[in-house]
Amino acid sequence: MPRVAGRSVTVDTVNVEVTPLPGIGVRKDFALRNGRRIGVVTHRDGKIELIISKSDDPDACLAELPLTVDEASALANLLGAPQLVAQLTEEHRDLPGIHTRQIPVGTPFDGRTLGDTALRTRTGVSVVAVMRAGQVHPSPTPDFTLTAGDLMVAVGTSEGLDNAVKILKRG
Amino acid sequence: MDHTALELIELGAVFFSLGLLGRLAGRIGLSPIPLYLVGGLFFGTGGIIPLSGIQGFTALAGEVGVVLLLLLLGLEYSAAELVTGLRRSWTAGILDVVLNAAPGAAVALALDWGPVGALVMGGVTYISSSGIIAKVLADLGRLGNRETPVVLSILVFEDLVMALYLPILTAVLIGVNLAGGLAAVGISVAVLAVVLVVALRYGRFVSALVDSPDREVFLLKVLGVALLVAGFASAMQVSAAVGAFLLGIAISGSTAENASKLLEPLRDLFAAVFFVVFGLNTDPASIPPVLGWAVVLAVSTTLTKLVTGWWAARRVGIGPLGRARAGAALVARGEFSIVIAGLAVGYAAIDERLAALATTYVLLMAMIGPVAARVVEPAARFARTKRPATTPAPSAGN
Repeated sequence: MPRVAGRSVTVDTVNVEVTPLPGIGVRKDFALRNGRRIGVVTHRDGKIELIISKSDDPDACLAELPLTVDEASALANLLGAPQLVAQLTEEHRDLPGIHTRQIPVGTPFDGRTLGDTALRTRTGVSVVAVMRAGQVHPSPTPDFTLTAGDLMVAVGTSEGLDNAVKILKRG
Repeated sequence: MDHTALELIELGAVFFSLGLLGRLAGRIGLSPIPLYLVGGLFFGTGGIIPLSGIQGFTALAGEVGVVLLLLLLGLEYSAAELVTGLRRSWTAGILDVVLNAAPGAAVALALDWGPVGALVMGGVTYISSSGIIAKVLADLGRLGNRETPVVLSILVFEDLVMALYLPILTAVLIGVNLAGGLAAVGISVAVLAVVLVVALRYGRFVSALVDSPDREVFLLKVLGVALLVAGFASAMQVSAAVGAFLLGIAISGSTAENASKLLEPLRDLFAAVFFVVFGLNTDPASIPPVLGWAVVLAVSTTLTKLVTGWWAARRVGIGPLGRARAGAALVARGEFSIVIAGLAVGYAAIDERLAALATTYVLLMAMIGPVAARVVEPAARFARTKRPATTPAPSAGN
């Protein structure tokens, strides 16, 4: 039962194929433009494995890499954030002096709210989205609870963004 | 020495040696099942160290082992997975039954073991070992492969066949006539249908009956219900194993997952005892006479499983390498072949050599299976690169 992938930042959509693996879990994968498959096997106990098909045998897998939940979300952020930033940068091109940057949230704000950072007051930057575990949380409200490892997508001046990086790192 | 002390020492020695055998099996990448059987042969009648005094315990523990093996098999697949598996793979499933039961049945008939013996041996050679296969697929990193769902749905189909086959076998073994046999078939089909419907619609109530946030309470409740169901099923002549299997299917969702996790070590312990008991009751001296037939069966049923997997994978558009992998993955036989043979031994209608043949066959297949799954890919690649060189003329364009 193919379905459209949850959220994609670019206009492209991919058909993710969901295949039940009885007794093991679920395989979710899709074909890349070059014909190879990429996806994950989610075990019933929550274990995640990244799978990439072989080039000479599309039925087989080159590798099955077990990922912890943290590793999977880190990888998802790496893959998802640049696209969002690139798109925002593109949109702001006509506004000189305005930049978009992704800023990691440090441990001082783990479990605290976006309002606690007081970024707008202290640096003038706007947080347009928070990336967590590959999910985009757009336009977060001040009561949005942060977790260490989140990536904030912030828009502002270079100076403001530099300050925001320091604040989010050190508290 | 005091009686209890001797029994404890014997039991301890058995478990410890099984542990060592299991470790050895892990080292050389084998399933421990064949080594447990060998362990049983060593300890048992005619073996090197004949044990006595603990038969009462080991016999009952072996029965509990069968109940747990089937209960966890039922827990492994949800009712929804069984129904979709049945819908999707019934053609491949039927080919699997026909091709793989035939060699066992034929050998039983050739040895003059009668139709009952043929029914038993057909079951022994038919049923793949889902335990060995799931482990081999995970070890070889093939869970993400496209042929893997084909292999798994054949295993699902085999489990449903078990649910029908075991009650029929039990009825035939206790010597009912044709009408009684048909009644057993009717009852088992009806019970299986009812259990599937109950599990699909009302699975949460069955789960609620055994579920508990407390591990200890949960364990005791699940084990208690399983043994109760198995006991009553056995009293009604439907086979204890099937009762436990159906209970496993009826328990669903997170309860099933937690129950599997909790019961796994218990299953491993009691199933090990079951394999040893089976080995214990087999006289090592009875193996050499049936060795030839066991090899014949091993070779023929390796080929028939290869054909089954190849055909099933080709149907869903898998390439030649994937087809070969699917076939080889299905080759392993193990725990359930022994469960079937274990049900049969001891009945008057069953030839004494059947236990020896089943043991030898499973010893071979539990070792051949994982090896076949490993070597099939290099072998198939080699065959593909070799083919144009050996037969160059007609089909040069590959």
